[in-house]
Amino acid sequence: MNELVLEVKFVSMKKWLLIGVALGFLGLFIVIPLLAVFSEALKKGIQLYFAAFNDADALSAIKLTLVTAAISVPINTVFGIVAAWAIAKFDFRGKNILITLIDIPFAVSPVIAGLVFVLLFGSQGLFGSFLAAHDLKIVFAVPGIVLATIFVTFPFVVRELIPMMQEQGTEEEQAAMTLGANGWQMFFRVTLPNIKWGLLYGVILCIARAMGEFGAVSVVSGHIRGLTNTIPLHVEILYNEYNFQAAFAMASLLTMLALVTLGLKSLVEWKTKKYVNGG
Amino acid sequence: MLKKLSRHRALPGFGLSMGYTVVYLSLIILIPLAVLFLKASTLSFTEFWRTVTDERVVASYKLTLWTSFFAAFINLVFGTLIAWVLVRYDFWGKRLADAIVDLPFALPTAIAGIALTTIYAPNGWIGKYFAAMGIKIAYTPLGIMIALTFIGLPFVVRSVQPVLQDLDSRYEEAAATLGANSMQIFFKIIFPAIFPAMMTGFALAFARALGEYGSVVFISGNMPMKTEIIPLLIITKLEQFNYGGAAAIAAVMLLFSFILLFLINVWQWKTAKKQQMI
Repeated sequence: MNELVLEVKFVSMKKWLLIGVALGFLGLFIVIPLLAVFSEALKKGIQLYFAAFNDADALSAIKLTLVTAAISVPINTVFGIVAAWAIAKFDFRGKNILITLIDIPFAVSPVIAGLVFVLLFGSQGLFGSFLAAHDLKIVFAVPGIVLATIFVTFPFVVRELIPMMQEQGTEEEQAAMTLGANGWQMFFRVTLPNIKWGLLYGVILCIARAMGEFGAVSVVSGHIRGLTNTIPLHVEILYNEYNFQAAFAMASLLTMLALVTLGLKSLVEWKTKKYVNGG
Repeated sequence: MLKKLSRHRALPGFGLSMGYTVVYLSLIILIPLAVLFLKASTLSFTEFWRTVTDERVVASYKLTLWTSFFAAFINLVFGTLIAWVLVRYDFWGKRLADAIVDLPFALPTAIAGIALTTIYAPNGWIGKYFAAMGIKIAYTPLGIMIALTFIGLPFVVRSVQPVLQDLDSRYEEAAATLGANSMQIFFKIIFPAIFPAMMTGFALAFARALGEYGSVVFISGNMPMKTEIIPLLIITKLEQFNYGGAAAIAAVMLLFSFILLFLINVWQWKTAKKQQMI
């Protein structure tokens, strides 16, 4: 009897020890950096916090970030849906290879993602002289930033959709076709409603990454203040000028976006679980 | 499930969606990457070799490899532990803990970089205690390792967690009934089941760390030969308009990442096949 009590005590001690270590690790690596962002941003008071955004360079960085996301996210969303349709709903040879190729941007350093576009469109690049002759600018201008962003956010939507669509199978779509729906009707009335939560999460991830990308954009942007600076690049400039408060104020914008992304992920998981359990 | 797919009546749009996928993939990813290798191959072999075996470049490769490896290893240990705690125990705040594991995926790397640097600088929240003991964290390889640990954190947790969730507890109960102690149960039953997932997570974290730039560049101090990572060296070459040199260093690194990605995928196909056979 006494031994049993001791063992129960030992088991619960082990449990709390493990929970303690796990939460300690998360606290050290996740919570403290989060607190640091907001505490540094608000260090000199709320007025200076808002003053950081009331600056021409800051506003143009915010605007460029929004424009970049507004172009690259829809392009990759359309690609994500189309590619997931081909991969999840059909059988063909080389499917695994195609999925691996789609994953490439995950394995490529962001710096290399930027580098390839400099090699293509830079002044000494493959199309450099052609672009110069026609007075076109891609690298060190907005098109380069958009291209690099499309490259790094390429797999996000499709990777969210493939497992979801594979799990759902093709029965509902086939039923719709049998009942006389055409392709678009089937897509908008059956497929899209089924994948909407996964799609939403993929798009949000894509937005967060598109607005927060640093390495790839840093290589192609040329860091021209007020022209080719996105929020992360502006954060870097402010930080290197020892203007820490303004740097963290700008950083807090994207940190809030990251927190919204995480909240939405929990919501999507909850919704899809309900769908699976209820369906 | 496989059966269901293979006996389907043809749904529309395969040709169109497949064609679009391949064309877009080629334009955005494959052709640009091919150009990188093309550029690297314009160097003569001796030039190429001299570039990638330069003292500074080799030091940088070494630093990038070992800091990435150790960061992935830290994540292997603590990531498995976190996955275990999240699956097996109930405690207050568990859902929140589960949600914040993904923060490194969602937070821009540059922001992680400046936040970690501020914390671990000699006058930072944590750095000052270490500075008092004479240990420097920021602007040393130790700082690089901390940044790489941060960005790799979700990989092992998210690989191991679903496997642990699906693990049938009947085997553990049977082992316990037969008199196995908790250590034996862990190493004989649980560990073999989650090992492939642990390795996948480790490899993903390692691959991610090798190419990481934003979170490292602030905390590393960027001293040549000491704390200069490969992605930074590529940028340095680019800024000197040494496109060939940048492409050569990048090509070596890319080849390494591809081999790693390929191994992960082969491993995953194999384990998926095994599961299907059962």
